[in-house]
Amino acid sequence: MKLAALQKAVARAVMQPLTRNERMRRVGLGGEKMHAYAARYIKPNDRLSSFERLEIYNRQYWFRVLGGMAEDFPGLRAVLGSQRFESMCKAYLTECPSRSFTLRNLGAHLETWLRRNPSWIRDRRLLALDMVRLEWADIEAFDGQAKPALRSEDLREIEAPNLRLGIQPYVQLLELHYPVDDLLLEVKDGDETADFASNAVQERRKRSKVRAVAKLEAAQIFLAVHRLDFSVYFRRIEREDFALLSALRSGKTIERAIELGFRKSAVPAADRAAFVQHSFQTWATLGWFCQPEERRTR
Amino acid sequence: MPANRFNNFTDYGIGIGLRAPHYDHILTRKPVVDWFEIISENFMIDGGRPLHILDQILEQYRVVQHGVSMYFGSAGRPDREHLRRLKDLVKRTGTPWVSDHLCWGSVDGRYTHDLLPMPYTFEAAKLTAQKIREVRDFLEVPIAVENVSSYAEYYVSEMTEWEFLNEVVERADCGILLDVNNIYVSSRNHSFDPLTYINSVPTERVAQIHIAGHSKFQKYILDTHDHPVIDPVWKLYDRAIQRAGHTATLLEWDDSIPSFQEVHDEALKANRFLAETQLGVAV
Repeated sequence: MKLAALQKAVARAVMQPLTRNERMRRVGLGGEKMHAYAARYIKPNDRLSSFERLEIYNRQYWFRVLGGMAEDFPGLRAVLGSQRFESMCKAYLTECPSRSFTLRNLGAHLETWLRRNPSWIRDRRLLALDMVRLEWADIEAFDGQAKPALRSEDLREIEAPNLRLGIQPYVQLLELHYPVDDLLLEVKDGDETADFASNAVQERRKRSKVRAVAKLEAAQIFLAVHRLDFSVYFRRIEREDFALLSALRSGKTIERAIELGFRKSAVPAADRAAFVQHSFQTWATLGWFCQPEERRTR
Repeated sequence: MPANRFNNFTDYGIGIGLRAPHYDHILTRKPVVDWFEIISENFMIDGGRPLHILDQILEQYRVVQHGVSMYFGSAGRPDREHLRRLKDLVKRTGTPWVSDHLCWGSVDGRYTHDLLPMPYTFEAAKLTAQKIREVRDFLEVPIAVENVSSYAEYYVSEMTEWEFLNEVVERADCGILLDVNNIYVSSRNHSFDPLTYINSVPTERVAQIHIAGHSKFQKYILDTHDHPVIDPVWKLYDRAIQRAGHTATLLEWDDSIPSFQEVHDEALKANRFLAETQLGVAV
């Protein structure tokens, strides 16, 4: 048997979902009997059947990828509940298995997949999608690229209104329907000490998380997920800030970005110059500005 | 013999794996450690804290890269993005050699993130060796392949695991990262004599040795890297260095990680055996 064919056959079994009892299925997704399937490729030994030997890898695969998802999306887990979250992850990973050499990217397509499969989040659709977006932004902000930052003194030299500014790749801009930043911080706060907590303490924390999710009311927020001294922070920003930063990131000139930032804004025209100056100063201090991507010209 | 072309003619001593729970201890206490092994994939990123920590470590320590997802044995071609990022990291760390596993784990671009055992066939040896050569040529640094622990064997195999290892490294002209714990685990799972394996390894190709702990289950042993090294594994290590001489040795401890001192002390137990091999090398 050729190497490629053998590997396809074994990978198919290894990546097949487990039963509810976390065992390898006796009947595969394609209807094949897995005892016979395993016996086609894997030798038994004096202690384990072919099925049992293949099952070790099947279980390891799922424990590893489900563990990765639970680590990366504790907020979504709190929103959906542990059981529903795990079932959702199994469905997601069955349809969208990892296509990256690193487990870091396991959840890269989760938001898109959930939009295509809304039944998993039916009663909390917007909240769940907000949380997925925030948790993915958290990952991107943690290890995203940082270009040399432009400081306030660099900005002072920028006079021409048609100049552009880049936004650091690690800065993630989000428009959200729920204040999921607070919720995620609460969830993570409980998880960080989980190893040391007693069962009773963990149970109280679980109930507290459930209450936190239940009482969360819709409220539009704008968020910049960014990094400072190598730690990730969630910074609430104004709607105008969000529009302005988004416009700069998309390559608009500073002048045009300011125009877009104040479109439908309630900020009085007289206050806008001070608003912009304050925002730019803050962002420069935080190191969010960098040279823009060079544009290709014909 | 320990300093050879497969470890870039270095003579590293005993190292430990660089793991996040130990970062603070290492950076604040600056313990004397001969070298650290990093998991390459943890640092093949664009920025942030992991690279910042790595740069601080690099200022004071020697670092060797160990990968977990190159999958030399997968039938498909190497992932270009993976190679590009790995090469960037090689430039950053100045690693004298790069190691990864003699296994497969991806099919048609889908990753299992596991170290799946190879079928020990001549076709697999040929394809695997080609891929190792391709990766080495791209990275421009010596490659050492690590024998994995396994829980399954294939009907199609045409040779033993150690014969397959020899076949691959000869064809690829690459080094070996000899994991004596993996040999022990596999020997128990597949009922072979681990000394036969150790005695078959071409010692002139051994670039590095791994030691680790494992977990015993009722019907098999799992390579979990969450316990101290057991005596039978130390005995295999002893035999390995009797044959290969002083070789860069690394303790892996990846789960239920104890204090830095405990991990380092466990690794330094290797000195007992290294001292005894000062005088000569057995064959």
